[in-house]
Amino acid sequence: MDCTGFPLRAERGGAAKGMAIVIDLRAAGYSYGGSAGALSGIDLSLPAGSFHFLTGPSGAGKTTLLKLCYGELKPSEGQVALFGKDSRMLSRDGLALVRQRIGVVHQDCRFLDHLTLAENLALPLLVAGRDPARETESLSQLMSWVGLSHRATAYPPALSGGERQRAALARAVIMDPDVIIADEPTGNVDWEMSQRLLTLLGELNRLGKTVLLATHDLALIRAAKPLVQARVLRLADGRVQAAGTEL
Amino acid sequence: MTRLRPLLDALRQRLADLAELALGDRASDRVVPPTGHTVWLTVLSAAAMAFLAVFALALTQATGRLADAWAEDLAQSMTIRLAAPAAEADAQQAAVLAILAETPGVASARALTPAEQAALLEPWLGPDLPLDRLPLPRLIDLVGGEDLDVEGLRLRLAGEVPGAVLDDHTDWRAPLVAAADRLRMLGWLALVLIAGVMGAVVSLAAQAALAANAEVIRVLRLIGARDFYVARAFTRRVTLRALAGAAGGTVLGMIAVTLLPSEPATGGFLTYLGFSGAGWLAPILVPLFAGLAAFLATRRAALRALARFE
Repeated sequence: MDCTGFPLRAERGGAAKGMAIVIDLRAAGYSYGGSAGALSGIDLSLPAGSFHFLTGPSGAGKTTLLKLCYGELKPSEGQVALFGKDSRMLSRDGLALVRQRIGVVHQDCRFLDHLTLAENLALPLLVAGRDPARETESLSQLMSWVGLSHRATAYPPALSGGERQRAALARAVIMDPDVIIADEPTGNVDWEMSQRLLTLLGELNRLGKTVLLATHDLALIRAAKPLVQARVLRLADGRVQAAGTEL
Repeated sequence: MTRLRPLLDALRQRLADLAELALGDRASDRVVPPTGHTVWLTVLSAAAMAFLAVFALALTQATGRLADAWAEDLAQSMTIRLAAPAAEADAQQAAVLAILAETPGVASARALTPAEQAALLEPWLGPDLPLDRLPLPRLIDLVGGEDLDVEGLRLRLAGEVPGAVLDDHTDWRAPLVAAADRLRMLGWLALVLIAGVMGAVVSLAAQAALAANAEVIRVLRLIGARDFYVARAFTRRVTLRALAGAAGGTVLGMIAVTLLPSEPATGGFLTYLGFSGAGWLAPILVPLFAGLAAFLATRRAALRALARFE
């Protein structure tokens, strides 16, 4: 993988690193109607520039917690503040603007299969009203950063699992977001690729990005120790069982 | 002025929305997958409805012209029936013609010849009847102008030639005009029904397109697309398809109407079925209406579909 340094804007709000709370959950909970995936009484604050692993067994509610953090779900109890704004009070346009500041890497990547990789990566720019044609250099550098320059014209179904995850990461950061949320990004890739993805996320964190990464892979968390200063959140039975554990 | 500002701002925003919808951009258009059965559903249903709408428009205009023609032609044409003993018939006929000659508003008056009367009766009585032996009334064909005082003429004839009866065809003209008017109403009703069906079909096609692309909508929302952006992408796609389909259907409909026999030997309704003069502009409204219906239906369906996603 011909990774080079992260090409987009340099660290911003560095002074605020470790100070400002970008995502704040207060006694937050969510219920789907049954007990599966339900969360209750979650208190969690993500300071700007922090790196958190979210771990726990399958069905513990990791994905639900992440969805609360990027506003796909709104809490049925308590409060979730995104950049200081109560997610339940955000208008739909307001939520869209908040999402432009949060890059999300889904486990299944969620690409539009009729668009090429380059078009998929440029999609966040397009929907934000920016002209991708004027940002071809940034796009090119970003694809080079994740080692996918040679796959620009490929369609998502033709990409391997590792390529898809790296592309999803590139799409998540194309808007130079403040927060990156990744849901099991290494779930479908081999160990080597997991390490590479972790390296990229660590690089982003060193640039001041807040990272929240959900994984059930404890080996990955251990492997991150030399790369990032991270805290581990363990989620079980719908609650954060251990918060703030230093790696 | 202060009160008007929100209204003006809203109007400006609507115009900007429409301009964006009309112009669009190729990159945003690519967001919606280009293929799928809804493409043909939208295009073909809009084309079929437009084709029918053109015929309904032609029917409506034709019946209107037919009603006007019947009302106008028959209103000017009258008949005087003169029943008199054979010995006095010529004298009374001359008296009637003399009265007509000096009556203002009479454009022309002419007594039918025995041969013409025989030709009129031939379909009912056959060619071999000895009509000259029958006590047939004399018939005088009269064409009146707008200033003809029909009632005054009737009274004068009753006073001076009691055997002469003026028939202005009112009794049998009125049902014909009423029938033509009802036909015209049916034409309008057909247009309304076609418009309703077109709106419903396009709406269903839009909903099908949105349902088939639910994941696209979800992804667009998750990467920060505003509702307006997503709705516009789908609205523009469906609107342009409906517009194209309706334009094709309209052109085919106009060609079909043009190819209808224009002057059949027997004359009649087909003579009128078609467009004339400014009436040719009416079909242009069909694709515009289809586009508008598609725009409104898709926008509504898109916003409803978007409401399912945060």
